Amino acid sequence: MASPEPTAADDASATVAPADILVIVAHPELEHSRANRRLLDAARALQAESEPGRLAVRDLYALYPDYLIDVGVEQAALAAARLVVWQQPIHWYGMPPLLKLWLDDVLAFGWAYGPGGTALRGKDLWLVASTGGPEDSYRPDSYNRYFFDAFMPPYEQTAALCGMRFLPPLLLHGAHKANEYDLASHARTYAQRLADYPAWPELELVEDCVACEVPPNARPADRVKEAA
Amino acid sequence: MEHGAWINGSLVYLAAAVLAVPIARFLRLGSIIGYLGAGILIGPWGLKLVTRPEEILQIAEFGVVLMLFLVGLELEPQRLWALRKPLFGWGSFQLFGSALLLALGALAIGIDWRLAVVAGLGLAMSSTAIGLGVLGERNLMATTSGETILSVSLLQDIATIPILALVPFLALSAGAEGGDGGGWLGAAKAIGTIAVIILGGRLLLRPALRWIANSNTPEIFTAASLLLVVATASLMNLVGLSMALGAFLAGVLLAESEYRRELETDIEPFKGLFLGLFFIAVGMSIDFAVVLAQPLLLTAAVVGFLVVKAALLWGMARLVPIPKLERPVFVILLAQGSEFGFVVFQLAAAAGVVAVPVSSFLIAAVAISMLLTPLLLVAADRWWIPLLSGSKRATQGLELNQPQNNPVVIAGFGRYGQIVGRMLFANGITPTVLDHDAEAIEALRKFGWRVYYGDATRLDLMRTAGADKARVIVLAIDDIEQSVDCARMLRENFPDATIVARARNVQHYYELYELGVTMIERETLDSALMSARSTLELLGWQPHQARNLALRFRRHNVAQLAALAPHRKDEARLIAAAKQGRQQLEELFAIERQQATERQARTGWSDVPSEAAPKP
Repeated sequence: MASPEPTAADDASATVAPADILVIVAHPELEHSRANRRLLDAARALQAESEPGRLAVRDLYALYPDYLIDVGVEQAALAAARLVVWQQPIHWYGMPPLLKLWLDDVLAFGWAYGPGGTALRGKDLWLVASTGGPEDSYRPDSYNRYFFDAFMPPYEQTAALCGMRFLPPLLLHGAHKANEYDLASHARTYAQRLADYPAWPELELVEDCVACEVPPNARPADRVKEAA
Repeated sequence: MEHGAWINGSLVYLAAAVLAVPIARFLRLGSIIGYLGAGILIGPWGLKLVTRPEEILQIAEFGVVLMLFLVGLELEPQRLWALRKPLFGWGSFQLFGSALLLALGALAIGIDWRLAVVAGLGLAMSSTAIGLGVLGERNLMATTSGETILSVSLLQDIATIPILALVPFLALSAGAEGGDGGGWLGAAKAIGTIAVIILGGRLLLRPALRWIANSNTPEIFTAASLLLVVATASLMNLVGLSMALGAFLAGVLLAESEYRRELETDIEPFKGLFLGLFFIAVGMSIDFAVVLAQPLLLTAAVVGFLVVKAALLWGMARLVPIPKLERPVFVILLAQGSEFGFVVFQLAAAAGVVAVPVSSFLIAAVAISMLLTPLLLVAADRWWIPLLSGSKRATQGLELNQPQNNPVVIAGFGRYGQIVGRMLFANGITPTVLDHDAEAIEALRKFGWRVYYGDATRLDLMRTAGADKARVIVLAIDDIEQSVDCARMLRENFPDATIVARARNVQHYYELYELGVTMIERETLDSALMSARSTLELLGWQPHQARNLALRFRRHNVAQLAALAPHRKDEARLIAAAKQGRQQLEELFAIERQQATERQARTGWSDVPSEAAPKP
């Protein structure tokens, strides 16, 4: 079953190799993407020239077109990484559905958080996101009404609950209208940062995350919504 | 020196076949011509290496018996039952219609009526060996023309019994009276034997085969397969019925058994060898003294009876109706004479109905028609069929003759291939589509599909279809053997092309897998899983949960299939591993149900109707 194209989730287990940097890419329509496809290409190119065990790229929509995530494989990939990257477009002020499902399934109670859930503690999480609207649309007097920072808390708290450091995100606003030059330079920046990690100057300024302890009798956070 | 004779004979036959058949194939004439040519070469009129062809012919007839057994294996009882109308209707029409026309023609030119009747009946028969052999070679067995040819051949086999009884009767001797008295007894014996074969086949054969298979000695299973055919044939022979017919019956009875494939693979090589021997014997029995004595008269006789039969068959082809492109093969295969004609004419000569030179003349006519048949087929392929496909639709011939370069080639456009094709078309991709069922193609073309006629296992055709340029070749052929042949041919000749294959079942899956095909879908898996989902939903599972369970079942199942590939030939280990795999999945699901329940208990929600753990 050695098919290079990601067609079935069954193949996922065969392709996972542990790496320091785990790039999780989630874009439901990569064929229409301007920014994320370039970023994915850049990450893949870097993966190809890096030594084995440095960088792994997992394109979720290609690996799991049927939305059937292989939890064991994903957890193994996470456990091996020091830096986890979520590379995604911002859709409806949040993450694409498969990335959300990935969170629901992979960041399990008792593994990623809650009693005994320490698998991700001490790792870094870096959000690399693009928005279609320009930066000045994220203002109280424009159609997105909030500064972009207002949409970050779910991400930050997800990292915090798992004991991960939430690194300053790399954002590209106005991806719909970005010109070739801007897109190319954005992709270069992305690749450079991946290549440099962990030698980022600003890392010294990022505080270590204090793990949020979930009491054993607490209702798992991800199930409140489901039962409601 | 009995041994010496036997070994010398084998030496001659095998050497002749090994030399002549590849040469004939190289000249694109087909293996049957090769065998016939080899027969002529070594026969009494060639190198005189073999002088008594009749004896060999008798042994070699076993090839026809084996072939009908294999044909029977492909035909489940229900399908045979469905054939009863073409069998008795079209079969009788062809046989008695041709016999009548030929006899009338003979009478018209002033031939004695007894000779006219014998010649009519003897020449009206068509060679089962060549007919079914060609059908198998061209994979036409499942088409209308194939089924009609099979029906006609079977009826001819049944008709041999009364015809052989009739010939001595024609001699107007007292023998006919005696034969009549035994007739009733004979009929009772015959019916009794058929009943024994059917009952025995139903009740005893499968347990017996299972017992033999369990002995785990492959050569004993092969011996048992041969014994089965020989025993049935000799039982039929004993009561004066056609041996081939008996073997056919035994085949039909085993068509549904689990040993079908094994029997097929065991018998196949014997069939091939004996049939080859049979054709060699036919080649040897052409009496060139007769041919040389009256070349013009013989030519006239051959052409005459072929034309009369062909005319009747052409009309029949229109009435059945047989698709236009299959008609040439249909007409040519049934117009030729039959090996059974040899028997009729020899018997007639022995009974004194016809003179010995006349009998030799008729035998020569039949043998020449059988020699001509493969040549006529080659000619039809080159000139007649292109003409037919061009005459009606000048712009869109059914045969693929222009090189194609579409990104996708679909081989087989039945229920499976059509869905693949429609989805591609809907997305703006035009695949090159091949199918070998002319009837289906005509129907599909009415709906506007551009489907080409052709056998996808043929290398030249696939090359024309653009297999070397295509990015994907979809292998959707329904016949397992054809599908595997096609995959092998593609892997050998177009190793860079990606094959997306349909598998009929797990064994088929493994056969493709071992050829290096990676994208294989079992044709029933996904629809069955959809039904399983519906069932779970009806039992109270949430639709989305049923979906997740089905997808995970699928993933497990596919992974297991790959894991079991190394043991696929070892049945015991396969079963053990499959059981273990099923247990793993059940345990996995059970653990998850358990965890879900615990999680809810822990959080004090256990009294709420559960979503994650429905009551099973």
